[in-house]
Amino acid sequence: MTRYIRHAAVFCALLLVALLVNATRIQVVQAGRYDDNPANRRATIARYDQKRGDILVGGKPVTGSRDTGEQLRYERTYTNGPLYAPVTGFASQVYGTTLLEHSGDAVLSGTDPLLTPFPLWNDLTRAQSPGGNVVTTLNRAAQQAAYEGLGGRKGAVAAVEPSTGRVLALVSSPSYDPAVLSGNSAATERSWARLNSDPDKPMLNRAVRQTYPPGSTFKVVTAAAALDAGVVTDVDKPTDSPDPYTLPGTSTTLTNEGDGCADASLRAAFEWSCNTVFAKLGVDVGVADMAATAEDFGFNDAGLRIPFSVAPSTFDTSVDKAQLALSSIGQYNTRATPLQMAMVAAAVANGGQVRPPYLVERTTTDDGDTVSTSGSRPVRQAMHPATAVRMKELMEDVVTEGTGTNAAIPGATVGGKTGTAQHGLGNSGTPYAWFVSWAQGERDLEPKVAVAVVVEDASADRGDITGGGVAAPIARAVMEAVLGS
Amino acid sequence: MTNAGTTVATADPPAPAVRLPRRRGIELALIVLAVLLSVYGYCDVGLAKNGTVPPGAAGYGAGLGVLALLAHIAVRLRAPYADPLLLPIGVLLNGLGLVLIYRLDLETPGDRAAPTQLVWSTLGVTLFIVVVLVLRDHRVLQRYSYVCVVAALVLLLLPILFPAVNGARIWIRIAGFSIQPGEFAKVLLAVFFAAYLADNRNALAYAGRRVWFMQLPTGRVLGPIVAIWLLSVGVLVLERDLGTSLLFFGLFVVLLYVATGRTGWIAVGLLLASLGAVAVGWLEPHVHSRVEDWLHPFASIDAGQGPNQLAQSLFAFAAGGVLGTGLGLGHSILIGFAAKSDFILATAGEELGLAGLSAIFLLYGLLVERGYRAGLSLREPFGRLLAVGLASIVALQVFVIAGGVCGLIPLTGMAMPFLAQGGSSVVTNWAMVALLIRVSDSARSQYDGEVAP
Repeated sequence: MTRYIRHAAVFCALLLVALLVNATRIQVVQAGRYDDNPANRRATIARYDQKRGDILVGGKPVTGSRDTGEQLRYERTYTNGPLYAPVTGFASQVYGTTLLEHSGDAVLSGTDPLLTPFPLWNDLTRAQSPGGNVVTTLNRAAQQAAYEGLGGRKGAVAAVEPSTGRVLALVSSPSYDPAVLSGNSAATERSWARLNSDPDKPMLNRAVRQTYPPGSTFKVVTAAAALDAGVVTDVDKPTDSPDPYTLPGTSTTLTNEGDGCADASLRAAFEWSCNTVFAKLGVDVGVADMAATAEDFGFNDAGLRIPFSVAPSTFDTSVDKAQLALSSIGQYNTRATPLQMAMVAAAVANGGQVRPPYLVERTTTDDGDTVSTSGSRPVRQAMHPATAVRMKELMEDVVTEGTGTNAAIPGATVGGKTGTAQHGLGNSGTPYAWFVSWAQGERDLEPKVAVAVVVEDASADRGDITGGGVAAPIARAVMEAVLGS
Repeated sequence: MTNAGTTVATADPPAPAVRLPRRRGIELALIVLAVLLSVYGYCDVGLAKNGTVPPGAAGYGAGLGVLALLAHIAVRLRAPYADPLLLPIGVLLNGLGLVLIYRLDLETPGDRAAPTQLVWSTLGVTLFIVVVLVLRDHRVLQRYSYVCVVAALVLLLLPILFPAVNGARIWIRIAGFSIQPGEFAKVLLAVFFAAYLADNRNALAYAGRRVWFMQLPTGRVLGPIVAIWLLSVGVLVLERDLGTSLLFFGLFVVLLYVATGRTGWIAVGLLLASLGAVAVGWLEPHVHSRVEDWLHPFASIDAGQGPNQLAQSLFAFAAGGVLGTGLGLGHSILIGFAAKSDFILATAGEELGLAGLSAIFLLYGLLVERGYRAGLSLREPFGRLLAVGLASIVALQVFVIAGGVCGLIPLTGMAMPFLAQGGSSVVTNWAMVALLIRVSDSARSQYDGEVAP
């Protein structure tokens, strides 16, 4: 019997070996695959197990974290959520992250390897870095002024610092409080459904993710192209342009809102926003030069990130002359984000140089040590410096005696351009009111702010919707806020 | 090889009187170590979860220590030659089980299982002491073998009268207590098998035809094994309890082989077992779904229904890695239902890692080895078969449940001996350790020069 007992003991030993081998299989060999399975909640639990880093505006956080005591422990909170929603986006336990919460997620959630004191430190200690902070370039006062200026009307404001590209304000209205999406409760689900079905689309970031026909504000680009191409050599010389203007190759005629546009000089045509003159100028410049200038300003660039992506503004390059004429006055297929139009104004203010806009000054660890900075970015020359000087003059005239007088700031140099963009089938939609501008304070060496405002006000009369009436006061408030701070 | 417990043989012995050391001091030292390890684990959980030593730490340590000490005194009094490793292993596994259950209780504040488990452990140790004190010789049990089998059958069939819980009819509920009679039945059946085979092994060893290298048994003696096989399948079908069925049948085949030494029995056993398993796996939906889960643990994830228990268990083991997350820092509670009972090993795997899990497996291995060693040392067949049978129960049960939660074999609802939440299981396991103590005491005292009765 002894022999058989030994055999049975060997059998038991084999069972033990099988268990040990199998344990090694699941705990070591295949562990990585199991850990990465999307249905494994451990990564999610670890992610919400510590406070999320903050997004800072003007040195103060506009975000926070709340301890819920639940399995997913910390929930995102926002101070003044609707104001900063177009910048922060949301950080939801259910619906993921957007905008800065998304592009800065590695730092905010503490997973960025740069947050550790030494490489592989966390792998050794099996610790997690505390969430780092994202320091934005925003100007608190400008952001507030833009938000209050829009006052809940549909529209957007983008403001940048011309000499650097720092984004000073980014507002979209109507907005929403991203805090309602932070958790994982049924209420979160209801909020998500409500926000998505809202006809006003409060989660749409109109400043960077929505393109509008820029209308007359695009004439800044057309004028710069005409000056650069030599089509216009003297801004005060009459341009040989009829009123009304028949679009080349068609019998459609283009008219102006006001009189005095026939053969008007570039200065007068810019001041009074003559469609006929700029349509003809665009055709005279030609599609190649128009497109080249537009693209130098940033149009047709699908790769712009600030660090989240910006919807590409478009200037159609395969057009006939009639279409080019309409494109040149910001209609047809020309579309731009408010941020793109702020870049146009900034290029004029900055001697023709386009600085790519950016929103993140630097990222830091939770105790303030710098992890990364915005770094230097490539600069594009959108127009000759001489052209920029003349464009500045033209834009100043608009504010001092043209359509943009509402934007004038006492004691500061302000240049601007109004726009009223038609859209919809047969131009039946309520027009969009535009205003783009820049401002330089008395003691400043260079323009401090460039801003673009668009208001899509469905309730106002068609006649009232002019860039000068509706959009210019908002732009002025933003510029004043920047110059005053 | 001499210590305090050894007495030196007289100068002119009539027989080689090599008196084996009693080793009770080693047992006591190991028990102290086991209790300290458990208390350390208990404190570690509190420190990891709340940053403080849990308020009940001293009480828990004292309780476990007093229980272990009483058991040790009983062994000292009535089984002084018993194997010194058996009791400390039982104490350590039971203490560790309490720590793991306490740790999981922290995740489910509304459903505390550790206090109940401590009560059951006390009952179990009490039963251990009673068995060690009352049962002076294991051979007494041989006389009651048929009482044992009748009692076992009654216990096995009892749950059929009660409603099914989670698809299996293995519980009976009396006055708020859930009892799993199948757990008690396994000791009784081990006693019966050992007695039956000790009596009939010669008849059963009578060989029939020889096929290939195997001696097939004659048809006449196939009766008993077919009866046991039918019993197992009956348990499986009526109670939908794959694990218990597998355990009983495996136990019988192992003992049959040990008693007769005929490989033919193993062949017949395996054939019948696979026949039964395939048929039931095919026909019985509850068992069939277990097999499907085993083959495709992530099927429910692919179907968009989230991970099932087995997938969650595998995730827990994987999260542990080699060294584990540390007690109190894992998330094995995601397994949900049965995390404290059937899936307790996943918590050990996640928080103690492959290192801790292997240590636990080796503890079971050591327990089984001590049982086999006692079996080898004995001379009479009943004691040998009983020791081998009890050790094999532990080995098979650990393999069936651990293999199940680790995805090695289809999952079956069984309790991990000593570790898992479950009163019937912990009481039974203490009874089994008591019997092993008794058997090993007989085995080792036979060498002490006195004539073994």
